[in-house]
Parts: sequence; C-alpha cells; structure tokens
Amino acid sequence: MKTENQKAWFFVLPVLILVAFNAIIPMMTVVNYSVQETFGDNLFFWEGLTWFEQILRSDRFHAALGRQFFFTFMILIIEIPLGIAIALSMPRKGFWVPVCLVLMALPMLIPWNVVGAMWNIFALPDIGLLGYFLNHVLGINYDMTQDPVAAWVTIITMDVWHWTSLVVLLAYAGLVSIPDAYYQAAKIDGASNWSVFRFIQLPKMKSVLTIAILLRFMDSFNIYTEPFVLTGGGPGNSTTLLSIDLVKIALGQFDLGPAAAMSLIYFAITLFVSWLFYTIMTKDDLN
Amino acid sequence: MAKITLKNLRHSYFPEPKGPQDYALKEVDLDWQDGGAYALLGPSGCGKSTLLNIISGLLVPSEGQILFDGQDVTKLPPDQRNIAQVFQFPVIYDTMTVRENLAFPLKNRGVDPATIEKRVAEIAEMLEVTDMLDRKAAGLSPDNKQKISMGRGLVRDDVNVVMFDEPLTVIDPHLKWKLRTKLKELHQRVSHTMIYVTHDQTEALTFADQVVVMQLGEVVQIGTPEELFERPAHTFVGHFIGSPGMNVLPAEVKDGQAYFEGQPVTLEGPIASDVPGTVEIGIRPEFVSLAETGIPATVSRVADVGRHTVVEAMVGAHKVAAIQNGPAPQKGDKVHLHFTPEQTRLYADGWIASEPAQKESAA
Repeated sequence: MKTENQKAWFFVLPVLILVAFNAIIPMMTVVNYSVQETFGDNLFFWEGLTWFEQILRSDRFHAALGRQFFFTFMILIIEIPLGIAIALSMPRKGFWVPVCLVLMALPMLIPWNVVGAMWNIFALPDIGLLGYFLNHVLGINYDMTQDPVAAWVTIITMDVWHWTSLVVLLAYAGLVSIPDAYYQAAKIDGASNWSVFRFIQLPKMKSVLTIAILLRFMDSFNIYTEPFVLTGGGPGNSTTLLSIDLVKIALGQFDLGPAAAMSLIYFAITLFVSWLFYTIMTKDDLN
Repeated sequence: MAKITLKNLRHSYFPEPKGPQDYALKEVDLDWQDGGAYALLGPSGCGKSTLLNIISGLLVPSEGQILFDGQDVTKLPPDQRNIAQVFQFPVIYDTMTVRENLAFPLKNRGVDPATIEKRVAEIAEMLEVTDMLDRKAAGLSPDNKQKISMGRGLVRDDVNVVMFDEPLTVIDPHLKWKLRTKLKELHQRVSHTMIYVTHDQTEALTFADQVVVMQLGEVVQIGTPEELFERPAHTFVGHFIGSPGMNVLPAEVKDGQAYFEGQPVTLEGPIASDVPGTVEIGIRPEFVSLAETGIPATVSRVADVGRHTVVEAMVGAHKVAAIQNGPAPQKGDKVHLHFTPEQTRLYADGWIASEPAQKESAA
C-alpha cells in the first residue's frame, strides 16, 4: 500500500527558504528598480518597460553582448579540446597521477582578482616578463594597453590559463571511470586509436563534458573580475564585456533603472542558453 | 582456427620473482585441441584470468611460449593473434546501434560490406537479436548487452579461439541458464575453440567437454566433467567440485589397510606404492550412506535442500557429510556410516594414491 500525502513538501521547505533569501528576494529588488526611475531620497516614479526597451535598442548593449558572446565562444573552443587533450595525455595510474592533479588544480586555487593582477603585470609591455619578452626579445609589437587585438589575446589566454584545468579534471574523471575491459575489447576488435577515442572515450566523457561546457559557459558569460583588473574594459571599449558595462552603468553613471533592466536581460540570456544546451545534450539519455 | 599449445608457461607480476611464491602462474603445459569447448575452473585468484590474458595477448608471460598451430605468438599483440574475448562486464559501444556493434570487428579489418552484412545477419539470428539490430546498443538490458559482446566475438569466422572471462557474472539467474545453453549451442554451430573461465562449477560442467581445474597458479586436473566428479586427481578438485564437496578425512595406513579414526576403511583398490606425507581418505557425500553397521557417528546437522537431505555427522572431531534420499535422522542421533568401497579413494599429500580395483575379466 502506498500512502499519498503532501508531507514531502516540508522537506523542500528549508531549500525554498534559503533560495528565497539569497536569490529570489534580492532579485525582486532588481525587478523593482527595473520598472522605476529614482533620483535618490527613496523617491520612485513608475516607468513600465521603458528601460527594457531602451537597453534592447541600445547599440552599446548590442556591442557588449557581441563581445561577450565572442569571448565565451573563443574560450570554449580553446578550453574544451585542450582540456580533453591534456586529460588524455595524463597518466591513469602510478606516482605521477597526484602530481599532475595538483599541478592542474593550482591555477583554480588563485583568487580571481589576483589572476587579473598577475596577468596585468606579466603582460605589461616594458616591465612584464611576457610583454618584455615579446617586444624586446622576439621583436613582436605587443601592447595590450594600446592594441585591442593584443588585449583580446591576453584576456583569452588568461582565461585559458585559469580555467582549462577545470575541463581537464572533469574529463580526466570521466576517463578513469572507463573499465579496462573496454580498452582490451577495442584492442581485440582491432580498433584504431581514433576509434577508441570516438567510440569509447568521448561517449563515456559525454556527461562530464556537458557539465564542463555548462560551467565554463556560465562562468565565462558572467566573467567580471579578471578582465576588469587586467584591461579595465579597454583600450577604449574594446574589451568591455557585458558585466563590465553593467557595472559602469550601475555604479559609474548611477543609472539604476537601466542597469536593473540590463541585469534581468543578461540573466535571462544566461539562463536560456544554459537551458537550451542542457536540454539538447541530455535529450538522448531520456529515451 | 588452431590448436593452442602452452609450453613451460610461467608468469609473475613482479619484475624479478624470487621464488615460486612470486608466480601467479606456475609452470603450465597444456594443449587445447582445435574446436574444443574448454572450461577453466578455479577459485578467485587462482591465476585463471592471468592465463586467459596470456593466451589473448593482453599480457606477455615472464617465461614460456604460446603456440597457435605450432607458430610462436608469445610476443604478438591481441589484434594480430586473431582471437576474440568476451569480458565479465558487457562491453558495448554506446553510440552505435546493435548492427554497428556487431559489424565493428569486421569493419576494422577491412572486410567488404556485403560479407559484413551477411555475417552480422547470421550472428544476430543465432543470438536472437535480429529485431534489435537497429536499436541503440546503450539502451539494452544487461543480458542483451552481453549477447552483443559475445556476438562481436563470434562474428569473425576466422578466429583461432573465443575466450569468455566469467561472462555471466552480471546476468540474472534465470537468464544465466538460457545464455549458457545458447553458448553451448553456438559452440556446436560455429565449432570455434572456446575457453570459458569461471569459478562456478555448474557453468564449467555444463559448458565444457574438458574442464581444466586450477588452484594457486597450478593446473591440478584436466578431464571431462564425469572424470572430475568420479575420480578427482587432487583433494582440491574433489572439494571444489560437488555440492557439498568431497569429504576429505585424515587417515592412517598400516600394512596396506587404511584407517579413519581407528576404524578400517575399504578402498577402491590397492594403494599406489608406499604413501609418503599426509594421507587422507576422500569420499563424496553421494557415496556415504547411513547403515546398521559401519563407522559410528553422531548427527550434528540436517539440511533439507529440496531434492535430498544433507546429513552432517561427527566422527570424533571430524565432520562427514552424507547425502540421504530416504527419511532423514534427527540431530543428535547415533548412526553408522557406510562408505561405498568403489568410491573411496586414498590421497597422499593431496594427490590421488589409490588405484581402481582390477576389473574381473568378463569370462
């Protein structure tokens, strides 16, 4: 006999309360700002959807969104294959396993603003190790403070340096969970190395890679600290990503209404892309 | 298809083995006849998987040679030995359909598409998976997955040997029996040499024509299931095969007569020669009966296992099991045990030391 009642909801209650306080209530204040105008002194005027319309029609927002998508696309297309390649070349057993794992985890242990500061100093054209080496040893004209291309190369390289490890560790976890019998069977079936990757390793890594891509998408799409410390969004606006632009509008210009509307649009885009990607990737598993 | 010869094979997982205790596999000399159905039976850790991996080429032995039809293949990798192996857990390629899975070993060897299609259809029919051919292999039940693994082994008609490494471990009991029968049937149809590794005596005895029993890295007996049951060459075989296993009882020999707990015991025949070392009497519970006269004992346990009763009786400090078909005694009853003489054997240091009685010539 199965008893049916509604008691289960009580078990969900603590989570609901937690989420309410750390997500829903703060977000509601943002919603509140996004539909009103304020000039301080807690005076608010109803504006309806004006700010949303203004943001969605603004060239400045389109440009920042474009840069944001470009940045996320670039780091994903580099970090995912690179992460898989490094995971594949790591040893599966023996003395070097913990050494590799610790080395891989190191960049992720460094606070974000420190990473930004490190790379800023590292890349400065005259005194930074990298900047000096490129300019004065290799003779390549490199100045991330003046040249947008150099600035982009630097922030992408920095993100790859900081976060490829996450993909490596997830992919590696997927790889070590493959039983030896699969490799032995493949050997006996006469499979090539490429076939082993294509038909055994990649399918077995699919679920961890889905998580890796999802995490890297969300993190990179919302990235703020590192590029802000490294380039401050410059030169000009060339590396002004969405979050940097958002902070400029909210705290620089103190346009709280448009900033709130922009946050909500920003949030909706992140949520939608994540949902779309996850749904597509897990569609097969349901059948 | 080939005859497989193992010559002076030894293997150690240590780079520099110091003594016999360092060898996972001690001195194996074996011939596997072409087309035979063999089982490799032994408890966990007896070296049977090591032996299997050496034959398949996943492991290179420390010493000795493996010959396929007289050709030395000791150093060849698995894909060049032309063998197939089915593992304990089903190995299937998740992203492929059942058809692609079965075709994979052929495709990798560059077989032409028409032949592949024909072979796959044949194998699918044998395994009764024809209606699943176009389904994704990932969604199948464990027993069907294992069938596909077997199918990939059987699909090549030129394999020297198909090896099964405890293939029914993850299969539900009621399906085990079905798959086992299927395997036996497949062996008769495709007539490849097959080696079946297991620690389950039922699987070994039902599948194989010849059973190779291993213990502690050594082959202790090779024989048909009947031979292993009737005349175990070693107390280990007697004990390992049968349920319950053979009674192995400490004995003494004086002037060619064996004694157990001071009682004379009639053996199957004369004792081989002078018997060195530890002497034991071996008798299967099937051949111990409760009688009016014989060795006095006290019943210590009675277990009804359905088709018969297993009676355990104590003779002094030694437990003797007897299989009883009629009415069973009660715990604590005083009984007398009778050992059927033709089935009572003597073992010295574990190895059989009595000889069967000379058959009276049929005059």
